[in-house]
Amino acid sequence: MEQHSRSDAYTDLYADRAAGMVPSEIRALFAVASRPEVVSLAGGMPYVSALPLDEFGGMVGDLIARNGAEALQYASAQGDPRLREQICDVMALEGIQACADDVIVTVGAQQALDLVTRIFVNPGDVILAEGPSYVGALGTFASYQADVVHVAMDEGGLVPEALEETLGRLRREGRTVKFLYTVPTFQNPAGVTLTADRRTRLLEIAAEHDILIIEDNPYGLLGFDGEPMRALRADESERVIYLGTFSKTIASGLRVGWALAPHAVRAKLVLAAESAVLCHSSFSQLAVREYLATQPWREQIKEFRLLYRERRDAMLDALETLMPEGCTWTRPAGGFFVWLTLPEGLDAKAMAPRAISERVAYVPGTGFYADGSGRRDMRISYCYPEPDRIREGVRRLAGVIESELRTRDTFGGVGHRGSPGVDTPGPEVV
Amino acid sequence: MMVPSRTRMIRTEGTAVEFAHVVVLAGGLSYEREVSLRSGRRVADALRALDIPVELRDADAHLLDRLAADPPDVVFPVLHGAMGEDGAIRDILELVGIPYIGARPDACRVAWDKPTAKSVVAHAGIRTPASVALPKELFHDLGAAAVLDLIVSRLGLPLFVKPTRGGSALGASAVHKAEDLTAALVSCFAYGDAALVEHYVDGTEVAVSVIDGPNGPRALPAVEIVTPNGRYDYTARYDAGDTEFVTPARLSPEAAERATAAALTAHRALGLRDLSRTDLIVDAEGEVHFLEVNVAPGMTETSLLPRAVAAAGLSLGPLCETLLRRRFT
Repeated sequence: MEQHSRSDAYTDLYADRAAGMVPSEIRALFAVASRPEVVSLAGGMPYVSALPLDEFGGMVGDLIARNGAEALQYASAQGDPRLREQICDVMALEGIQACADDVIVTVGAQQALDLVTRIFVNPGDVILAEGPSYVGALGTFASYQADVVHVAMDEGGLVPEALEETLGRLRREGRTVKFLYTVPTFQNPAGVTLTADRRTRLLEIAAEHDILIIEDNPYGLLGFDGEPMRALRADESERVIYLGTFSKTIASGLRVGWALAPHAVRAKLVLAAESAVLCHSSFSQLAVREYLATQPWREQIKEFRLLYRERRDAMLDALETLMPEGCTWTRPAGGFFVWLTLPEGLDAKAMAPRAISERVAYVPGTGFYADGSGRRDMRISYCYPEPDRIREGVRRLAGVIESELRTRDTFGGVGHRGSPGVDTPGPEVV
Repeated sequence: MMVPSRTRMIRTEGTAVEFAHVVVLAGGLSYEREVSLRSGRRVADALRALDIPVELRDADAHLLDRLAADPPDVVFPVLHGAMGEDGAIRDILELVGIPYIGARPDACRVAWDKPTAKSVVAHAGIRTPASVALPKELFHDLGAAAVLDLIVSRLGLPLFVKPTRGGSALGASAVHKAEDLTAALVSCFAYGDAALVEHYVDGTEVAVSVIDGPNGPRALPAVEIVTPNGRYDYTARYDAGDTEFVTPARLSPEAAERATAAALTAHRALGLRDLSRTDLIVDAEGEVHFLEVNVAPGMTETSLLPRAVAAAGLSLGPLCETLLRRRFT
């Protein structure tokens, strides 16, 4: 008697929101990127080895010895009160005046994003996002079945005229825009920063069209020149929900982020957090609280800035020296990422297996768009590899692009067959 | 108190030998690394369930040192893609003198190169779709347009394009319209420097696994693959729940017999050893067409060989143990 079986016996049970959660060829390639032979310019992992790990270990040990009963216990869903006050001190560096009561501590800013989307977005609602946009946000929006509409961006960040045009079009179409999601400072993936003038204009447009802004600011304190940019939230407290994180300024493994929201929104976020995780890790929260209270964290951020600046310089120098004609790229003034655009007729997604063969990895641009755009683009990161490895990675990448140019000239610049699925690595892959 | 022993006594032809250390090799640096890691874990778990001491190792810069420091009794390579299937890692195991499961290096080299394998199997009397194998450089040297026109006019449509070397359907696609051939080739060349362009044979897609036994190679029940979009591509292989597997394949008794015979012929003609999986198309007339053979078949939870093993009423662990035992004696 013949037997019928499926790859996945539960296929008919999955919710609609799981439809896009499938692997892809590209994602499989990233399994190779974790090997030491491969220079990975793909990951966005902060260089936590630069932390004084011995001191950190001693601090954590002392925390448990002194206060283990609290650190290992359940806590409130809103987060540790003292930590929330400290978070307000951190945000003050970007001009934000906030009350600790309006802060909720989350499992990284990623959970804050998930909670915000959960309480605001119905299936089919429109979310506006820069094009390209942070891949983790796009994954969250997809899981809530939102319709992401991208808004054009250039070297100065989100283009206000493009935002107005998009809002007008959507209004004429009768679509509901729930919020604009933006990473205004040292954007992931493009590395660009919204100019001060455009920040003002963006807030004006938001007021005119009565839209909410989700300001995601993980890299704001990692600028390479001068003082931190003033956050959007610093000039608008009612229309902006601010998301922050200690992942880049302390350590990503702690998974401590936060949202700062208008009071009523904050109350809903706390209830949503309770249903999601009951409460956030007390241990992680108290470790951050202790770190901020006892360690020279401002000096540590300065060290991170110097370290990333050196790596940014190594990458930009190597790109300038090695990249074939026709390639263009952004020049970030902070953060982790450069956005590179290939010459006409090349396809970064199609090229990825070739790059892996040459032992270099990047993230194809398509992963940063909800609509399949970005085929000529890629994100390359300088945060994790050391400068010599960055130069070697760019050298290998330049060789792959040269080879692809030859293929383009042979076949006339035709893209490859696309496959569905997630085009970006998981967070652990570098 | 009972202390678990690191070794296990294995019965071999009425005698008992100490079976202390088995290495399952998985991972590597091929495009199929992730699949290989999953396959390796599955094989290792199946053997550990039988109390066989298994070490799961990657094929990396530490491998030779580890093999020298603590030589295993036998290695089970579950490396997919280049190095694992092109004979290279088996050449190394021959050099270090450690027995291993699977085909010898020279046979791997022939099986790994799909056009060569097709020639050998065709010479042994098995049908295989008309095809050409063309390196990327040839399109550059002769001009792509002229070569594309020639392919379409002589092989006809539809076509199937895949790298001459490689697996998991990476870089493989069907071409139903002439204007799609260029994109298919560009996708293919992302994964390799040469393309096998075959006439696409419509029919039932089946995989027949062959396992060596005491009385020679034995074919397991054919597994039929049914994909809703007609493409058994990477996603369909490793995730899509819509892909359906039917065991044994819904073939007439005569066609089933031909499929079994084709897989056994391929296994023998290519000089394969221990295990292989042959991919075939059975057309509407029940004729069998050889597509390719795999010397390190996937062993993941969705792979074809483990399904065939289950359909035969066998279990993966004891089957792997039998293969190990044969190599260890």
